[in-house]
Amino acid sequence: MGGVEINGPKILWQIPDSIPLIGGQPITETMRNAWIVMLFILCLCIFLTHRMQKIPQGKQALAEKAVQMVDNLVDSAMGPNNRAFSPYIATLLLSSFCGSLASLFFMRPVTGDLNTTLGWALITFALITVNKIKFNGIGGYLKGFLQPVFVMAPLNVLSEVATPVAMAFRHFGNIAGGLVITTLLMAAMSALSRLVLGFLPVPLLQIGLPGVLSVYFDCFTSAMQAFIFSMLTMAYVGDARSAG
Amino acid sequence: MDPKAFVAGMSALGAGLAMIAGIGPGIGEGYTAGQACAAIGRQPEAQGDITRTMILGIAMAESTGIYALVVALILLFANPFVDMSAGKF
Repeated sequence: MGGVEINGPKILWQIPDSIPLIGGQPITETMRNAWIVMLFILCLCIFLTHRMQKIPQGKQALAEKAVQMVDNLVDSAMGPNNRAFSPYIATLLLSSFCGSLASLFFMRPVTGDLNTTLGWALITFALITVNKIKFNGIGGYLKGFLQPVFVMAPLNVLSEVATPVAMAFRHFGNIAGGLVITTLLMAAMSALSRLVLGFLPVPLLQIGLPGVLSVYFDCFTSAMQAFIFSMLTMAYVGDARSAG
Repeated sequence: MDPKAFVAGMSALGAGLAMIAGIGPGIGEGYTAGQACAAIGRQPEAQGDITRTMILGIAMAESTGIYALVVALILLFANPFVDMSAGKF
C-alpha cells in the first residue's frame, strides 16, 4: 500500500559501544517523547505552585483541587490510611494522560510503546507483591498460592503473573490500536479524495471524519486508559493491603 | 508459489480470524453496561459507585479483545513467520 507507514518507535540515536554498561543501547522516539512529556509536567507543576498563598486563588486553587480529587479517589478506592499512595497514583494518571495525548502534538504517543506500559505495570506488580508480603508475612504470601486447594497452585502463579502483563497490554493495545486505525483511515481518505476529487490539489476528504475519530481515539481513550490503569493499580494494591 | 507471499497472505487471514475474539468482549461489555443502567435506574443515588465499578469491569472484560488485537498487530506488522519461511518451504 502506498503512503501507509505504521512502524514501531524509530531509533534516533545509538549510544556508542565505547561507553561501558549502557553502550549499544538505542535511544528511541518513545524515550525522547517521554522526556518531553516529563519536562512539560514538571513545568506545569512549577507554574501551578509558583508563589503560593495562604488563601488559594487562581492557578493555586486549580492545583489544590486536582490534588484533592486524587486524594478522594485514593480514599474511596483503597480505603482510609492509604493516602501515601496518592502521589504515585497522581504520577500515573498525569504521565499516562499526557503521554497518550502527545499524539495531538505530532509526537508518537509514549504509551503506544509496550516498554513504557510494561515498566509501569512492573512497578505496580512490585508494589502488590511487597504489600502482600508486608501484610501477610512471607509464609502467608506463599500460602496464598495454595488457596483453595494445593492443586490450584500453578493457576494461582499464572494469574499472579498475568496481572502486570494484562495491565500493560491493555493500555498499550488501546493506544496502539487507535494509532493504527487513525493512520489507516488517513491513508484511505487520501486515496478516496484522489479518486473522487482528483482535480483538487489537497486531499479534501481528510478533513472531518478523521478528526471525529481522533476525538474518540486520542482524547477519550487517553483519559479512559489513564483512569483504568490507575484504578486497577489502586484496586490491586488496596486488596493486597487489606488482606490479613 | 512464492513462500513469502503465501506466508504473508496466511498471516493476514490469521489476523482477521484473531479479531473474531472481538465478539466476546462486545457481548460482555454490552451486558455490563445494560446491567449498570438497570442498577442506576433502581438506585440513582449510587450512580458514581456503579459507574466506577462498571468501568473497571468493562476494562477487565476488554482484555481478551486486546490480546486478540495484539496478536493481530504482531501478525500484520511484526510478523515472525515471514523471515522464518525465507529459506525453507
